[in-house]
Amino acid sequence: MSYRNNPAAVAALVRPTEVHKDLFIDEELYGLEMEHLFANTWVYVGHDSQVPNVGDFYTTTVGDQPVVMVRHTDKSVRVLHNRCPHKGVQVAPASCGNTGKFFRCPYHAWTFRTDGQLLSIPLKKGYDPEVLKQCEASQGMAAVENVRNYRGFVFCRLNPEGQSFEDFFGESLSTLDNMVDRSPEGRLEVAGAPLRYLHDCNWKMLVDNQTDTCHPMVAHESSAGTAVKVWEGAPEGTPKPMAVEQFAPFISPYEFFEGMGIRVWKNGHGHTGVSNSIHAAYSTVPGYMEAMEAAYGKERAQEILGEVRHNTTYFPNIMVKGPIQTLRIFKPLAANCTMVESWAFRLAGAPDKLLERTLMYNRLINAPTSVVGHDDHEVYERSQHGLHSRGRQWVNVARLYEADEAERENEVVNGTSEWQMRNQYQAWARYMTASMKEQA
Amino acid sequence: MTAFTDAQLRDFVYEEARMLDEQRYEQWLALFAEDGYYWMPLTHGQADPLMEGSLMYEDRLLLRVRIERLAGQRTYSQQPLSRCHHLLQRPTVETAHPWHDPSQDQYAVRAAFHYVETRMEQQTLYAGWATFELKVIDGALRIARKRVDLLNCDAGLRSIQLFM
Repeated sequence: MSYRNNPAAVAALVRPTEVHKDLFIDEELYGLEMEHLFANTWVYVGHDSQVPNVGDFYTTTVGDQPVVMVRHTDKSVRVLHNRCPHKGVQVAPASCGNTGKFFRCPYHAWTFRTDGQLLSIPLKKGYDPEVLKQCEASQGMAAVENVRNYRGFVFCRLNPEGQSFEDFFGESLSTLDNMVDRSPEGRLEVAGAPLRYLHDCNWKMLVDNQTDTCHPMVAHESSAGTAVKVWEGAPEGTPKPMAVEQFAPFISPYEFFEGMGIRVWKNGHGHTGVSNSIHAAYSTVPGYMEAMEAAYGKERAQEILGEVRHNTTYFPNIMVKGPIQTLRIFKPLAANCTMVESWAFRLAGAPDKLLERTLMYNRLINAPTSVVGHDDHEVYERSQHGLHSRGRQWVNVARLYEADEAERENEVVNGTSEWQMRNQYQAWARYMTASMKEQA
Repeated sequence: MTAFTDAQLRDFVYEEARMLDEQRYEQWLALFAEDGYYWMPLTHGQADPLMEGSLMYEDRLLLRVRIERLAGQRTYSQQPLSRCHHLLQRPTVETAHPWHDPSQDQYAVRAAFHYVETRMEQQTLYAGWATFELKVIDGALRIARKRVDLLNCDAGLRSIQLFM
């Protein structure tokens, strides 16, 4: 059986309380995800502070598609398919830089404006203008039509047709709002290069994990638990180090996670940590509240900093932590391989100590050298292998299932519910099949 | 002031690597000064360990957490354990390094290395440079800072579970 052109078979892989193992291990489904899921959804490209000046560019991928995000001459941020229409060369080199007013292909020096338009071809007289006009190449580098810069966060939808940005994200944008509002100047800046951690597992395992509140006390007992134990051995009166403050909440008991709540939005988005979270009890940073009150007034400043949201999953493949200013991208490389990029942000106008805290959290938790990451990676890898077993066919997401939940949205439930995971898989089935044609 | 010869400084670096290869972690940790740090930058030529992203920037408390974790009953990613192997180029005493000042009991030593970490079927080779900022405490050399510059620090890396 093939899943291609077979939306019914794809949809049948997601049941109300379980999902089929093929979502994680099947190569054909992986290819269909790249073709459909990552084209029908609004996918995060990058932050506009990565391209502050005209001509600045940053190359990345949307699903498996090489793209370049560039600051166009009109100052807007554009996203182009990074592919020369002539011979297929990736025009913009890996990573980032400034290309000036145009891109120049390194192979035959065809040039393109930063909106993709073909600017010049050397020795153009060798082309009959009428012939060239008929060629796809005359249209230049393909621009992604649907690009949205939301308060600095740049998303795109590769399919020309589909859901609007607002409909897709709905109320979930409140997490990005909160992260930006935490800057007294209402502005974020990317703080250097991301941590890049290669995972030998399917990208959806990482997405699933972001709102999995029943694993920290198990998988992270070895790291967070050891940190607490080592700390308890410190001489009395030693001030609690920032690292211990960040590690310790990971081994909070189940009751803590049950009580903090999960909010489930539509279309696969949701977040853990509604009324409480592992980020709620960090020490105050001198000067920060004062700067926030001066910028927003006391009441609004308290409201902004009162949000303790833990992990916000933006379907399909990013997770944002407002209170600690990080964003993780789960970039699919193959059915069994994922590049996890963990970005840190500086809150413009806030004390340096906050950035120091953000960067510490990022390296302690998200680096390839992270003791927390190691145990997560181990279980993902074992799942990737375990799912090849023919002993069982399904992955379970039944915790605290309610029969009528599919009709509800924007609700807060018990913090150990797997409703958000179910929400993601329902969205997966929907965006996978939205543009899939039935076999004739 | 206690004078250390170049040979003694080199031996210190060789011995440090050997302790890691032989998993003598308690002894290894004791090489660090109380306020010592282990730093692995994220970018080539990085200047600041704290205000720029790093792969590791750890004091003795965090290094101790790592060491105790390796032996933990519920450390799933270390069942079975990883092993490592350091191959060092002859260390050089870095007399031009700002830290190097024998009159103040401070020495800088650098060694290029190839490091192999292995677990089950997977074996990975890394290359880089280790720079030791050493100081003399109670007549013995101690690490004020060990800086590990990985050749491919900015690449996507798989789990690195031991110490380079």
